[in-house]
Amino acid sequence: MPGTFTDDVEIIEAGQGGGGGDIPAGGDDDGGDSGSGLPAIPSRAYFTAVQLALAGIVMFFMALTSSFLVRKGLGDDWVSFALPRVIWFNSLVLLASSGTIQVARRYMREGAVASFRRWWAYTTALGMLFLSGQLVAWRQLAAQGVFISTNPSSSFFYLLTAMHGLHLAGGILALLYVTFRRWRRSRITQATAADLVSIYWHFMDGLWLFLLALLYLGR
Amino acid sequence: MVTHDSGGGHHHPPSGFIRKYIFSLDHKVIGIQYFFLALFSVFTGMALSILMRIHLVWPHAKVPFTASGQITPDQYLALVTMHGSIMVFMVLTTAPQSGFGNYILPIQIGAEDMAFPVLNMLSFWTTFVSLVVLLSAFFVPEGAPISGWTAYPTLSAMGQITGPGEGAGQTLWVIGLAIFCVASLLGALNFITTTLDLRARGMTLGRLPLTVWSWLVTAILGLLAFGVLLAACILLLLDRTAGTSFFIPGGLVVTDTPIISHKGGSPLLWQHLFWFFGHPEVYIAILPGMGVASHVLSTFSRKPVFGYRAMVGALCAIGFLGFCVWGHHMFISGMSPYSAFAFSLMTMTIGVPSAIKTFNWLGTIWGGKIHFTTAMLFALGFVSLFVTGGLSGLFLAQPSLDLYLHDTYFVVAHFHLIMGVAAIFGIFAATFFWFPKMFGRMLNETMGKIHFWLTFVGVYCIFMPMHFLGLAGHPRRYADTTGVNFLAPLHSVHYFITIAAMITITAQFLFLFNLFYSMKFGKKAGENPWNATTLEWSIPSPPPFDNFAGHVPSVYRGAYEFSVPGATEDYIPQHLTPEKVGKAH
Repeated sequence: MPGTFTDDVEIIEAGQGGGGGDIPAGGDDDGGDSGSGLPAIPSRAYFTAVQLALAGIVMFFMALTSSFLVRKGLGDDWVSFALPRVIWFNSLVLLASSGTIQVARRYMREGAVASFRRWWAYTTALGMLFLSGQLVAWRQLAAQGVFISTNPSSSFFYLLTAMHGLHLAGGILALLYVTFRRWRRSRITQATAADLVSIYWHFMDGLWLFLLALLYLGR
Repeated sequence: MVTHDSGGGHHHPPSGFIRKYIFSLDHKVIGIQYFFLALFSVFTGMALSILMRIHLVWPHAKVPFTASGQITPDQYLALVTMHGSIMVFMVLTTAPQSGFGNYILPIQIGAEDMAFPVLNMLSFWTTFVSLVVLLSAFFVPEGAPISGWTAYPTLSAMGQITGPGEGAGQTLWVIGLAIFCVASLLGALNFITTTLDLRARGMTLGRLPLTVWSWLVTAILGLLAFGVLLAACILLLLDRTAGTSFFIPGGLVVTDTPIISHKGGSPLLWQHLFWFFGHPEVYIAILPGMGVASHVLSTFSRKPVFGYRAMVGALCAIGFLGFCVWGHHMFISGMSPYSAFAFSLMTMTIGVPSAIKTFNWLGTIWGGKIHFTTAMLFALGFVSLFVTGGLSGLFLAQPSLDLYLHDTYFVVAHFHLIMGVAAIFGIFAATFFWFPKMFGRMLNETMGKIHFWLTFVGVYCIFMPMHFLGLAGHPRRYADTTGVNFLAPLHSVHYFITIAAMITITAQFLFLFNLFYSMKFGKKAGENPWNATTLEWSIPSPPPFDNFAGHVPSVYRGAYEFSVPGATEDYIPQHLTPEKVGKAH
């Protein structure tokens, strides 16, 4: 029994953060008093947190996905319906926003703050356009008489788009936060914050493509 | 004293009452807030349980605050539901992890605070809101839900038609739980990040106290499990309010009313989702107790933890296997015997890491200079209850036996011993061990020991006989058994259990008194009253606002260096430099 996991513990020990012995416990990125009133922490902690949040979100959507598959496989009451056309346009909009956020980050790295702000604003606008497009899709479905309770297929369509929309709305708030917060009195720089939000944003983009595939192939 | 390195940022204590005690960002205050939330909840849950016990023995007893002056069968089921929900979520999930974890974990790893203090505060207040929403189910006209803490559809999905509490009460329950999921997810994220990225210099993963390991593994379980429960709650809420049919099958007739608005759904889908969360939840409740038991047994045996790495490996193995066994709650759901076999095999595999832990606990105290403090007694009690409760799990893990034992008092006995009382003993051990650190005073040991023995004997008197009730075929959740012929001879057993429960519950008030009395009048605790090794004992009791007074501690050794040959003292604190140890002998 011991052989296998002893090795694991050793590997973790050698590889991880505080264990190295040469990494100070706090403030290696910001150093000293950040003025935020909070204790300084290494900025890698923020990246850890974003990745953990994504793991939690994956579990949430996997639960919904498996429910989708189980429910679809259950009975003969599943009626497929044509996805509203606007969905495809929305998807392109969201894909484009992943591109603009990358451009914005590049300008941030180059120190071109004005260009960063412009492309960051494009990203925010595209995000809002996506959400509005999703609402249009809902309205189109409703106009056809397809509501959440109409059929399990439509229940899942509304549910999955709504849950993704909620998470994306959180992303838009984060985009706005990066734009409008005063970063001088903060534990991380605006550039780090932009990196963090872009991880989340790309993930939301990828998640949408997954959900779109699920809804399209599973309809 | 602590070896200090200068550096790291200062942050200053807030001055106003509200920022200091209500919306505090300090992990220590938040830990205590969680502790008191759990304390309030555990006494509420206990009050509900004694009402249940009274009703089982004296079904016609007069009970105040009920409309008819007696507890009706519906109200009994509401008591069952709310007792389970409050105990599982607001006590067993909250106290050991969010309470003690919040207070102790950052200090034990040498951090000033959790990684994200604002998020930490939000986690607590979100938990508080979920408690309020959950409890408000009592105060809607039709009362609390009757579907149990597992809230199986279709009972939980149809609304008022399936029972009085199934209207607004069940809706509030679902919403309360969904909010709790969000709070737990935020908390888990903070715990993991803090443990991974905020450890002090020299605090390698191999030097972490086992308490920190257990909080880490628990947080990982929470992060992966609560999202699934959240999804399930949303689906259930939609079935209840939006007319969907995720869980509701067609062709239902409820009290002579055919249900035509729903069809095609599967109640089993809920069971899969719920237990995919529910089984890890059992370990969320018990793993912190394992960490505390290891820590306390080592400290009061004055011996290192036996097989530290095996203990860490076993914790991780239990955490991993916890995600592979949810089907053992559903053996009688009509699942394929092959699936049942797989789930059964995986379940019994958990016996291996559990046995490793148990034998290592015994190995830890074997030949030690045991100090029988109250904390030690509760840690030993934890081991005892873990073994007793765990063994009956091996019965239930076998599909053929579970066919008979499912939904009987045997199950009630099993999970109360292992997940309920064992976890509570872990909390008691933690309370007696860390109270001096948290409040600067010692809990009264005499009162503590009386409380321990009454509780220890009491819980065995309550839950051991339930095994026999279950073996005799007594179903759980029956409100009144007096009219059932084959259960009539078992009435005296119920009577015994109820009397035992009354005595045990009375003993808990001694603990409550001890807690508040000692906060004010307890013997003053020094920095390190237990001669313990970990970092929290290197700073004053209670610790200053930023824990290490603006300095960053360094760690030079493992967490359990007790009775090291050649050393002058029988313990070497983690922060002591090798030079100082050298000088000491």
